[in-house]
Amino acid sequence: MTALSLRPARHAVPGVFVALALTLVIGWLVVMLDGGQLFNQSTTVSLLHVAAGLGLVAVGQTLVILGGSLDLSVAYVISLSTLVAAEAMNGSDGALLPAIGLALAVSAAIGLLNGVLVTKLRINAFIATLGVGLLLKGYLDNGYDGPAGESAPALVRTLGYQRIGPVPVSFLLLLAVTAAAWFALSRTRFGHHLVAVGGDPEVARLSGVRNDRVLITAHVLCSLCAGLAGVYLASRLGSGAPRVGTEGLYDLESIAAVVLGGTALAGGRGGVLGTVGGVLLLASIDAVFNQLEVDAFFKQVIRGVIIIAAVAVYARRAMRKAGS
Amino acid sequence: MADPQPAPLLALRGIGKSFLGVRVLDGVDLDVAPGEVHAVVGENGAGKSTLMKIVSGGYSPDEGTVEFAGQPRVFHGPRDAQRAGVGIIHQEFNLLPERTVAENVYLGHEPVRRGLVDRREMLDRTRRLLASIGETALPADSRVGQLGVAQQQVVEIAKALALDARLLIMDEPTAALADQEVELLYGLVRRLQERGIGLLYVSHRLTEVFDLSSRITVLKDGRRVTTVDTARTNTDELVRHMVGRELSNYYPQRADPADRGPVRLTVRGGGNRKLRGVDLELRAGEVLGVGGLQGSGRSALARALFGVAPFTTGDVELDGEPVRLRSPRAAMRAGIAYVTEDRKGEGIVARQSVLDNALLASRAVFAARSGRAARTARVRELLDAVEVRAAGDDQEIRFLSGGNQQKVVLARWLALTPRILLFDEPTRGIDVGAKSAIHDLVRRLATDGAAVLMISSELPELLGMSDRIVVLRDGRIAGELPAGATEEDVVALAVGAVREAAA
Repeated sequence: MTALSLRPARHAVPGVFVALALTLVIGWLVVMLDGGQLFNQSTTVSLLHVAAGLGLVAVGQTLVILGGSLDLSVAYVISLSTLVAAEAMNGSDGALLPAIGLALAVSAAIGLLNGVLVTKLRINAFIATLGVGLLLKGYLDNGYDGPAGESAPALVRTLGYQRIGPVPVSFLLLLAVTAAAWFALSRTRFGHHLVAVGGDPEVARLSGVRNDRVLITAHVLCSLCAGLAGVYLASRLGSGAPRVGTEGLYDLESIAAVVLGGTALAGGRGGVLGTVGGVLLLASIDAVFNQLEVDAFFKQVIRGVIIIAAVAVYARRAMRKAGS
Repeated sequence: MADPQPAPLLALRGIGKSFLGVRVLDGVDLDVAPGEVHAVVGENGAGKSTLMKIVSGGYSPDEGTVEFAGQPRVFHGPRDAQRAGVGIIHQEFNLLPERTVAENVYLGHEPVRRGLVDRREMLDRTRRLLASIGETALPADSRVGQLGVAQQQVVEIAKALALDARLLIMDEPTAALADQEVELLYGLVRRLQERGIGLLYVSHRLTEVFDLSSRITVLKDGRRVTTVDTARTNTDELVRHMVGRELSNYYPQRADPADRGPVRLTVRGGGNRKLRGVDLELRAGEVLGVGGLQGSGRSALARALFGVAPFTTGDVELDGEPVRLRSPRAAMRAGIAYVTEDRKGEGIVARQSVLDNALLASRAVFAARSGRAARTARVRELLDAVEVRAAGDDQEIRFLSGGNQQKVVLARWLALTPRILLFDEPTRGIDVGAKSAIHDLVRRLATDGAAVLMISSELPELLGMSDRIVVLRDGRIAGELPAGATEEDVVALAVGAVREAAA
């Protein structure tokens, strides 16, 4: 056997954090030259708020993508969750916890549906979750013209606006959820099995993994994360908002963040830490452009370029790895 | 026929299996004792892999019994067999390249403590397992994707042992290994033997079979020919057992050596990832047969000539002019056509019409404006000439029989008037009647002056059709045989049973 330099499989710092650091440094310089300041209290706080909302969704999305699936219904789940939460609270603190529980339960049920469609009925994840998303869209469009319900004041005060220094509570919630997901992936059988199913379903099956059960669980967790993002948005907006998920592009942006974070879109490789990096990267780009008052359309173009460039870099790396 | 060990680990009795009315296995008996290496040899299609799948739970037998560790067993799927203690190492590994050695070894039964995966325990156990088979150099926490093939094989074996396998099936375990790695595998096999593990060793390579096994079972056409003590046989006898069926089919008359034209294609020192030092001449008017075992580089040769996976070293000359065949498109423009082995995947566009399929190549390579009507008319003529039987030109090709599909593919290439035709298993999955029609077509093309290269794993076909035969082994040309060679000659070259007389 040739003396290979066998490094243990510690995951190196994903490239996304390098990109994040570069973006922040360059952004800081450019904004300074423009006569502004990138890191004042209010921009930092708003950056972290943006990251919290997108991050909650993206961490869930990471789980299903790692398992080789995908969830396009998250945007609608978010909208629905804001409405369920806000309407159940109806402005009273007394109903706070049951309302959150209800919103999460509804989300989990949708995740269960997604999972069952993908595994038991073997519908392609793209189509299955898109279909479920459209189903929810129909319900939302039919039932709501605008904001409805009223979030509990306590929720708005805490999750919505409270912060520790410049760090909003919502961002701490994201960190907690990320830590939990990381722990689940590296320290539970479920996590090991999920990555195996995404890496090669046949290998997983032949090794005794119950693929369907694992993937359904991942879908439920993904929807729960989206539901939690909905609760957070309800706390920011003070009410339920039937279009907030789609207008925020949470479906596509969450997938973009996952891919930026180095998780393979085909599954089997990656993790939630990279995803948080991807989320912070997208949020930072947003913050820089806001400071520079860049045209909103141009902003979209730049984001598109960045996502494509990042994926191209990963593809090249994968090719080099395969070639060596 | 000795039966030395009193209590066999595995005992197969009268195993029979049919697929769609075709009998693949018929009354096969086989024993494996604990600590024994029992080799199974036979030609392609002799039924080896079906038999192994029956032992490892992939198929259930139609007839006969499987006894494992003294008890009659019916395995419901591979997992069931694994739990019972039967592990199988496939030619293609069942590993996750992105995960560590330990994670792969314990996938599906990770050690847990208080509900959480105990990573340290998992690593420790993997290290102990690797040490117990003498593989201390392999780090349990390295990513499987960065290991070499030989090391990945060790991981596969460790994975089977982690489930307490008592019988290991190794299917062509050396197919992917380099020469020096084979030695390491030998050592590993012997250590497994010492642990009392029974091994079923399937291999084409007789050298290994003789080096490792204590008994050899020869399969042919789904039946057990014989089981012999390795010490009491030799390669010649084994090869005789493996082949020797009568040539019953009819093949068209070969070319008269005088009619062979000039050299069309010359390869000198051609090599790429799968081929090394290939020297080849292909003449107009001849059918050059290419034999060899699966994975010996037969298809790789055709794919190199057609520019799919080009030669990276060496020279190719076409009619005496050097050419670079870097893409299928370039090859087609140079007058080369390629009828692929995998008709469904690479040959036909299943949902398109017969006519569209036949026009595919000419449309792709030649400018659209140059006489569309004339081209269509010509392709229609060709479809008639090769006698495609379809409800009409506009019928979707997937509704045609295999033989007719193949004729459409052929018409597609003839539309380009190729001077060199590469056929890869042209009659695979085609019924007998259509087969001889294809044979006639192939011969007629050669008679009309085309240079034909034909790959076939069916020995009678290879022998019946070819004017010359080259046999590949491990990506090299192992030798060339004239018309009139025997099956034994081909097999002997393919498995490396003859020491090449210093040529």
